[in-house]
Amino acid sequence: MTINRREFIEGAGLVAGGLAVTGALEPVPADSAEQPATRVPVTAIVNGQARTIAVEPRTTLLDALREQLRLTGTKKGCDRGECGACTVLVDGRRVLSCMSLALMQEGKRITTIEGLEREGKLHPLQAAFVEYDGFQCGFCTSGQIMSGVAMIEEARAGWPSAATPDVAKPFTLADLSPREIQERMSGNLCRCACYPNIVAAVNATAKEL
Amino acid sequence: MHAFTLSRAADAGKAIATHGSDPGVDFIAGGTDLLGLMKDRATLPGRLLDINALPGMTAIEVRSDGSLRIGALARMSDVAAHPAVRQRFPVVSESLLFAASGQLRNMASIGGNIMQRTRCAYFRDGDGLPCNKRQPGSGCSALHGLNRGHAIFGWSESCVATHPSDFAVALAALDATIHVRGLRGDRAIAFSDFHRLPGDTPEKDNVLGRGDLIVGVEVPARIEGRASHYLKVRDRQSYEFALVSTAAAVAIDGRTLQSVRLAMGGVAHRPWRLVATEAALHGLSLDDEPRLKAAIATSFTDARPLAHNAFKVELAQRCVLRALQTAGARV
Repeated sequence: MTINRREFIEGAGLVAGGLAVTGALEPVPADSAEQPATRVPVTAIVNGQARTIAVEPRTTLLDALREQLRLTGTKKGCDRGECGACTVLVDGRRVLSCMSLALMQEGKRITTIEGLEREGKLHPLQAAFVEYDGFQCGFCTSGQIMSGVAMIEEARAGWPSAATPDVAKPFTLADLSPREIQERMSGNLCRCACYPNIVAAVNATAKEL
Repeated sequence: MHAFTLSRAADAGKAIATHGSDPGVDFIAGGTDLLGLMKDRATLPGRLLDINALPGMTAIEVRSDGSLRIGALARMSDVAAHPAVRQRFPVVSESLLFAASGQLRNMASIGGNIMQRTRCAYFRDGDGLPCNKRQPGSGCSALHGLNRGHAIFGWSESCVATHPSDFAVALAALDATIHVRGLRGDRAIAFSDFHRLPGDTPEKDNVLGRGDLIVGVEVPARIEGRASHYLKVRDRQSYEFALVSTAAAVAIDGRTLQSVRLAMGGVAHRPWRLVATEAALHGLSLDDEPRLKAAIATSFTDARPLAHNAFKVELAQRCVLRALQTAGARV
């Protein structure tokens, strides 16, 4: 069944004509038009350095990183927790920065793509993305790499996945098959569909580390 | 997002009192559903109370009697990966692993998971189309609209939405208990009493009220726990909500079913227990597929599919059969 917007609206018993539909819409005020919000200071360890910024409670971690700390390597894709482009590490775990409030990160250790290199050397997974051609347009890449780095650690810690045949059995890094990698990386979308090369890069890095 | 204030709760009692006295207050833990609802303007709290620092609410413990106690602030990924959960209740671990993505599972809390709201597009869309959950009394756009993903059981003219949680389906099958602390102290709610059918008040998803805080979930020891499985059928293989899903847990003697627990997701406003089928399966052989199918069908005689989801009636029964066979093979 194909779904188009006209059918979606008609299902609601509304005439899909311009005026009638417009009349049914609630005006959505722009965020800036609403009551002004007070900024509150928050301190987090970002890529190894303590950083204090003043944020509105509604500011996401993603916007704080990009707009206030100028760490624009982390990308804003959907801003709805659906694409994974904004993935960063908080206390070593991969999370979506678009679905996290900056003010809730007090005292946390945050790692972005800018914080992966060591003394000018790329992280092994960054190097593998170059080696295996794991990107085309590059927009999802920092999220893919952050997700992959943490995912390898999850597998090393013995976490099973939806691709694990029997969750009751112990899981080891040796069980991290390409099928496992596909499942574990499913929270990161790539509109260029570079998936085979992304899986190859993660697979090579997991074997090497 | 709209402007709001945020404060950190250090004490459960005070947090509960604040929530109880102000209808503009919402608790926030992982925030993975709440922030989405706020971005979609489906809820507009004036104040968020960050409960992540409340003490004693992240533990995952197996007790000496074999029961499992999960703190409401435990993260989905930690519960799914816990060795005792995986060994004693594979269905619980699998229900969590088949949900969301690795990132979201690291963020989302157990309490928030069972509180998450429907994925009905008319509820989430925010274009001002009628939705009784979003705006009580405005009507249900899905009833005669696009309802491929909607309910086949227990719906009303007011709402045909389904509950999106996978974990809740496993908890329903195992007859878990929700521990709640409220304005008048602690209480335990049987899982089957927790989520509501829509009736005339679909804006209420569950029985919690102002000042109620979920502190934990308890899964009683079940002989059916080990031979259990969660099967989820969806439009894509990963990172997608269920069309239909089944939590199955069995006790078996040889190949004969002694006791069966079955609950489904994606078919109703709450996890849907297949009570008639559980009784009809008693004493059947796992190898007797015709009789298994007939027993499964007993729970579908009252299915009421909508214009676009009649396929779910057949798909659901096949999902139950497969889940049952997989669980049975785990003895």
